[in-house]
Amino acid sequence: MSEEFNVLEHELVPEHHLLSESEEKKALAELQLTKDQLPKIRISDPCVATLDQAVGPVEEGRIIKIVRRSPTSGVSVCHRLVIRG
Amino acid sequence: MIGQIITKRISSIKFSLLSPDEIRKMSATKIITADTYDDDGFPIDMGLMDPHLGVIEPGLRCKTCGRKADECPGHFGHIDLAMPVIHVGYVKELKKLLQSTCRTCGRLLLTREQAEDYTKQMARLEELGGDTIDVGLISKETAKDAASRTVCPHCGAVQLKITLDKPTTFREEGHKLTPKEVRERLERIPDEDLPPLGIDPDSARPEWMILTSLPVPPVAVRPSITLESGDRSEDDITHKLVDVLRINQRLRENRDAGAPQLIVEDLWELLQYHITTYFDNQTSGIPPARHRSGRPLKTLVQRLKGKEGRFRSNLSGKRVNFSARTVISPDPFLSINEVGVPEDAARELTVPLHVNDWNLQIAKELVIRGPKPPGKPYLPGVNYVLRNDGRRIKVTDKNAESVSEILEQGFIVERHLMDGDIVLFNRQPSLHRMSMMAHAVRVMDAKTFRFNLSVCPPYNADFDGDEMNLHVLQSDEARAEAKILMRVQEHILSPRFGGPVIGGIHDHITGVFLLTYKDSKFDEEEATHIMSRMDVDLPDPIEGIDGKKYWRGKDLFSMLLPNDIHMTFRASICQKCQECKREKCENDAFVVIRSGKLITGTIDEKAIGAFKGRILDKIARDYGPDSASSFLNSVTRMAIGAIGIRGFTTGINDEDIPMDAKAQIEEVLRLAMEKVNSYVSAYRHGELEQMPGRSLEETLEVEIMKELGKARDQAGHIAGRHLGMENSAVIMARCGARGSMLNLSQMAGCIGQQAVRGERLRRGYWNRTLPHFMKGDLGAEARGFVRSSYKSGLSPTEFFFHSMGGREGLVDTAVRTSRSGYMQRRLINALEDLKVMQDGSVQNTAGTIIQFRYGEDGIDPSRSVQGEPVDIDDIILDVLGEEGEDLAKVTEKGVVSYGIQDRDLLETPEDAESETEDSEFEEE
Repeated sequence: MSEEFNVLEHELVPEHHLLSESEEKKALAELQLTKDQLPKIRISDPCVATLDQAVGPVEEGRIIKIVRRSPTSGVSVCHRLVIRG
Repeated sequence: MIGQIITKRISSIKFSLLSPDEIRKMSATKIITADTYDDDGFPIDMGLMDPHLGVIEPGLRCKTCGRKADECPGHFGHIDLAMPVIHVGYVKELKKLLQSTCRTCGRLLLTREQAEDYTKQMARLEELGGDTIDVGLISKETAKDAASRTVCPHCGAVQLKITLDKPTTFREEGHKLTPKEVRERLERIPDEDLPPLGIDPDSARPEWMILTSLPVPPVAVRPSITLESGDRSEDDITHKLVDVLRINQRLRENRDAGAPQLIVEDLWELLQYHITTYFDNQTSGIPPARHRSGRPLKTLVQRLKGKEGRFRSNLSGKRVNFSARTVISPDPFLSINEVGVPEDAARELTVPLHVNDWNLQIAKELVIRGPKPPGKPYLPGVNYVLRNDGRRIKVTDKNAESVSEILEQGFIVERHLMDGDIVLFNRQPSLHRMSMMAHAVRVMDAKTFRFNLSVCPPYNADFDGDEMNLHVLQSDEARAEAKILMRVQEHILSPRFGGPVIGGIHDHITGVFLLTYKDSKFDEEEATHIMSRMDVDLPDPIEGIDGKKYWRGKDLFSMLLPNDIHMTFRASICQKCQECKREKCENDAFVVIRSGKLITGTIDEKAIGAFKGRILDKIARDYGPDSASSFLNSVTRMAIGAIGIRGFTTGINDEDIPMDAKAQIEEVLRLAMEKVNSYVSAYRHGELEQMPGRSLEETLEVEIMKELGKARDQAGHIAGRHLGMENSAVIMARCGARGSMLNLSQMAGCIGQQAVRGERLRRGYWNRTLPHFMKGDLGAEARGFVRSSYKSGLSPTEFFFHSMGGREGLVDTAVRTSRSGYMQRRLINALEDLKVMQDGSVQNTAGTIIQFRYGEDGIDPSRSVQGEPVDIDDIILDVLGEEGEDLAKVTEKGVVSYGIQDRDLLETPEDAESETEDSEFEEE
């Protein structure tokens, strides 16, 4: 394959968004949660790696917003915290 | 009795190592002698049964705390070991520590920067809410990194390779390290080098993993049993401690006497063995310590581990009071919310009644009745009365009156179970929440628990000897909660597939079918008989040809429906014709309900059956559980009434078919055999045309299977032609009550091909299934085709083949249940502490989010419509009425059921085999 494969463009992979610091604050306030309560995503996850290349460095402790299509509720949004590993 | 309630929360639990100092500090006495009792039977001081360790015989007083047997919690002692010994439970950690620290200076084999980096990573992860497993992984990484160094970055010493000789011997390049040497090395590790390895030096210094003194558990932990003969029999743990003490003593003596190094080392190793097996007698690599009789000893780890261990059997699985268990039997005249409880059980099970000003009089009356009020009807009495000072008075016939007189506010009266009490009812295996539901008590004669047959499916109960458990709730709060959340009627709609799990079965379905099929009508006597069982009026009669008054079954049934219900659907008897004639269906399978009136169509499994009942589903969803339960109660009673009027039975002669039909079937089968033989000879002559993607052999098999399947179906059809709607077995099969047309065609026509692993039978002898056939015979009979019917009986070879097919089914179910049981266990362990919070998110006990919205859509599956959030068709019909019907096309929604497929009529040959039997070999 000449062209690099991009996981995020695959139809089975939901949208991943890297949140900026202000967005992080807003999201956490909205959810009334602290960072440690969020589900995790490993920094080695292919989606995170792709995001890292596309929108700048992703470090541990950043939040990634995932938007999925759902047949029952339209969209379902979830947030994940980037951890090492 | 509850005393003061302690309202404190455990915020965290910390596990740490016991240091030798702590062991000695908490010790009530040092143990030095291996003897337990002296000649007079008194425990020896400083022996394993020293009274300082607590007492178990009643009457004696503990020498440490001065309390009596049931008050003294027991106290630890200790054994000072002559030489240090490795603790088997920590060998993994010890290996890690030895490998990652310097052999001379004891420092961690990493530079300061590296160590700090790892500590920082750990802190960061903890801050971000990483779990202990992730944190542990970092320390493992640190250790691995450090162990890969060959030179100490601090003192420059060259490191030697350390290996672990299972279970407890450490070697450095082949040279054995004694526990003493190991301990010396561990002592050298400085405190600041421990955190990167995941160890908190304040609570767990690594050298404490090497034992220099051994805690001796209190006698209460290892009670000795006095046999009838007066001999004492000691606990396994005591036996093991005796071994430890004996060897410890010999080791000390030999060492002090300056015995040769070899002897001391041997004894040291023996001491290591005994202490290892004292902890875990199933350590791999060493023989388990055995009792004199040859039975392996049950030591500390064995007490805790596994299904019979402390955790699973005593802590997770507690035994309870206020429970009962007995055989179950059916009672169609109970409401679905009720359970019939035998009087004997009701007199034993009690409910506490807190006496106050308002119920004092009632309480007195109850107490006067005593523990066994005579006569009928059943009256609840009282077994015990609890006074304000906590004393318990047993109520007898003699003292009943006097006890009732002293009754006052604050007393607790333990009254017998009575009608209307809320109890929990359960049948194992408790696989889903419907396995335990709340019922209202009805005290009855006889000795079994009874309940409405509609409640069989959720419990998966039948009455071939099944037993069920009953638990009596003891507080108002529990009763309220159970009534609101757990009552049977709240569980009509299942969370598994969003349809009814509770509904009509067997005779209920046959009953309503007979009641509503086509133009069935009933004269006055019959109609009043049917309707007398329910609290509804007789509908308007119609006039018969004879001028007498008649009642249509459809009208009778309509009386149970809510007045504003509209429904349109196809019944189970629907033949799935190419073009539906709708209201003019000749099978009366098109159900139309308008304004609570059944206009056309027959009520059967599709309407009121468990798992499939559409009417039931709609009533439960739109009119609430109260209406649904009263509907079910009435429908089932009406069904039993209707079936009783016609009378209903089935027997083997229901499968009788005329001689000429038999001849036709014979002919069909003969032709099929010929066809098979022609395939085989075509194959032999290499004339068979190969199918794409299949080998020649496979092609032959497929063609033969197809041919035989067709033959079986044809035989079924021929038989079916002679089995009409007047036949009870056919009625049951068609309306969905029990059995299928396939079952019937196998009974009357031909059983068909038997299969193992989806193939024709081939196993047994060399190149043949049985010695009755030629080697290499590929014909139908030789490979497991059964041409007989169940009615006509099987030939010996056929019977053998049939057993082969049947065996596979049995093995499959056995394997499936054990596997799914284990799967369920693991699933429950993973999910048991998850909880849906007020905001709709799913969190665990640590407060971390598992799902942001339950199921990612927040839908409660038991309130969903077959998994969908809303039933669009239903809403369209509601809004537009009749005209909406085309829009909302009356589609057949895929109905989910317990893996039981719609087996109406004759099915394809493939799945026919696997379903030859419904495995009615259930024995409880």
